[in-house]
Amino acid sequence: MLSIKNLHVTINDKPILKGLTLDINPGEVHAIMGPNGAGKSTLSHVLSGKPGYTVTEGSVTYDGKDLLEMDPEVRAREGVFLAFQYPVEIPGVSNIYLLKAALNAMRKHKGLPEVDAMDFLTIVKSKVKLLQMDEKFLYRAVNEGFSGGEKKRNEILQAAVLEPKLCILDETDSGLDIDALRIVSDGVNSLRAAERSFLMITHYQRLLDYIKPDVVHVLADGKIVKSGGPELALELEEKGYSWLEGQAA
Amino acid sequence: MIAAEQSAYSYLSAYQDLAPSLPGVDQPWLQQLRAEGLAAFAERGFPNIREEEWRYTNLSALNKTVFAPVAEQGIDAAWLQSYRLEDAYSVVLVNGRYVAGLSALSGLNDGVSVRSLAEVLAQNPAALAGKLGQAVASSEHNLVAFNTAWFADGVVIEVAAKQQLDKPLQILHVVTEANALVVSRNLFLVNDQAEAEIIETYVGSADSYFTVSVNECLLGRNAGLTFYKAQLEAAKAQHFGGTYVKQAPDSRFAHHNFALGSLLARSDIHSDLDKASACTLNGLFVASGRQHLDNHTRINHLQPYAISREFYKGVLDKKARGVFQGRVVVAEGAQHTDSEMNNRNLLLSADAEVDTKPQLEIYNDDVKCSHGVTVGQLEEKSVFYLQSRGVDAETARNILTFAFANEMADKVENAELKGLLLQELLARFPAMNL
Ligand SMILES: Nc1ncnc2c1ncn2[C@@H]1O[C@H](COP(=O)(O)OP(=O)(O)O)[C@@H](O)[C@H]1O
Ligand SMILES: [Mg+2]
Repeated sequence: MLSIKNLHVTINDKPILKGLTLDINPGEVHAIMGPNGAGKSTLSHVLSGKPGYTVTEGSVTYDGKDLLEMDPEVRAREGVFLAFQYPVEIPGVSNIYLLKAALNAMRKHKGLPEVDAMDFLTIVKSKVKLLQMDEKFLYRAVNEGFSGGEKKRNEILQAAVLEPKLCILDETDSGLDIDALRIVSDGVNSLRAAERSFLMITHYQRLLDYIKPDVVHVLADGKIVKSGGPELALELEEKGYSWLEGQAA
Repeated sequence: MIAAEQSAYSYLSAYQDLAPSLPGVDQPWLQQLRAEGLAAFAERGFPNIREEEWRYTNLSALNKTVFAPVAEQGIDAAWLQSYRLEDAYSVVLVNGRYVAGLSALSGLNDGVSVRSLAEVLAQNPAALAGKLGQAVASSEHNLVAFNTAWFADGVVIEVAAKQQLDKPLQILHVVTEANALVVSRNLFLVNDQAEAEIIETYVGSADSYFTVSVNECLLGRNAGLTFYKAQLEAAKAQHFGGTYVKQAPDSRFAHHNFALGSLLARSDIHSDLDKASACTLNGLFVASGRQHLDNHTRINHLQPYAISREFYKGVLDKKARGVFQGRVVVAEGAQHTDSEMNNRNLLLSADAEVDTKPQLEIYNDDVKCSHGVTVGQLEEKSVFYLQSRGVDAETARNILTFAFANEMADKVENAELKGLLLQELLARFPAMNL
């Protein structure tokens, strides 16, 4: 489903990703861990098409297509979803408006008619319930004045409504207290499906207690320096990253 | 300069023929006002950029065409209907003339009178003596002077003490003829403890014309007036619309100014605040192409305990230019004044421009005054966030711009008017309705 080969990325000529290779099959959950500044968010941004990054080498194939050739909105419509590490506040645009605009953009891309207003409300309300959010959030401006935890929950709400094929979660667990972490994890777990893959970026083992990954990778200095099963995360929890960073060279 | 002199001369020579037909010729007090206006105009013509209050707005284009009053003409009823609010009384001024046949006033409650200014001047001129010209004088500037000399009609609305308009009253200013000179003078008398909601809508089916409209509002003690202006003039029109208010103690005045149409427009909204009165001025100007929209506000805190709140937003695209001048004067005796002013602007293109000038003149220490101004662009991270949810970049920009502008439309309590304004905004920034 996603195949990243030897990806090199610079920001203002500064190399950030330096030959990253990663393959994700349909239905798999991959976790990426790594120290601050390793390039984890850079990877998530490059995959979702954020401007300002230059790919100098390598390729990204998604569902057999060249992902890097697509505009950001086309990637989204093709099923790539990024839950941002720092979700953006959009004053004056309500959550429900954004959800509807987004859902209809996806439907149009697939040649489907606009969603029926009543069906839409039913879908959205069920997802709001799933994430144990107050319905009032739907009518508030996107992320405006939301607490850190509410913003993260809101990102997962969007994923739940949009039903992406590839869901990239960038530190969705940071800023969540233990109850919120469980609710968000339950939400993510409910989205798991045979055709849906996850790329979870996290600092902490604790998220992986709730969402069991198939593969764990360590990203350090712009590369995957080690991959393994869930036990790798436990090892990292114990030893930190420093013992691996030397291997990046 | 020569063009300006020639232009002024053309108007003055046309005025000699026009003057005898203007209403109120037999009223010395009115002739006095008109003579003052005419003299000021004869001396200096239209305002020019060397005047402090006009430094951002160049009217020299006015001198290229001589606009002339036109007789009432046929009107496209279906087109007019699209601007008419259903749940409101209405008055229609066609090319500056009150047209009773198009107005809808049946059911107007006792204690509220709505009449043509020309008619009042013919039948009961004494009723206007000491009122007309009280909220603004020709010395304000030469478009007020011009209006005072030239006006032929307009509307006079009076709400008796303790009475209220049970529905909003819409004044449709309609222009049907190219190169028309449309001068109206309107008087709003909202007496002690009375309430009214007025909605002025400026539209034109002709392409290019010149509107010079002056409103005077006299609010009695504890009276309330909510005034909306929807300036939707035709694309090549030139528009001046001034609203000048005198507020008695404890009165409330709220003005919502939506400047969307015309090529060149200037609005004045000025209010004099007596003790413990409240004044709210909201505004939105949205310009594109080569439009130039100037908004000039002045709030005079003359007595203690008055409150003023002002919030204007501007959206400027292409080569458009916006102007916001917000002047707040707090007189020596106006202790406990509470005043806030805010102007936020969004520039959508590198060639767009906004001149924003808050001016606070405070002559005593016991006041709470604040002001803030911002000029910015759409945030790229917001555009990307919407794109990451499947919205194309252009629609994302429209959504964000619409949301910025919509904050002002949202303050409109009249649902029908709000709908009309949203329609205008969505036409400019096509996105799904919010
Ligand atoms: N806009 C930028 N300009 C310059 N350097 C940047 C920019 N954004 C990120 N970086 C740098 O890129 C590196 C990787 O950042 P990031 O991908 O956010 O790391 P992580 O998410 O793993 O903590 C860091 O050294 C960071 O300082
Ligand atoms: Mg990061």
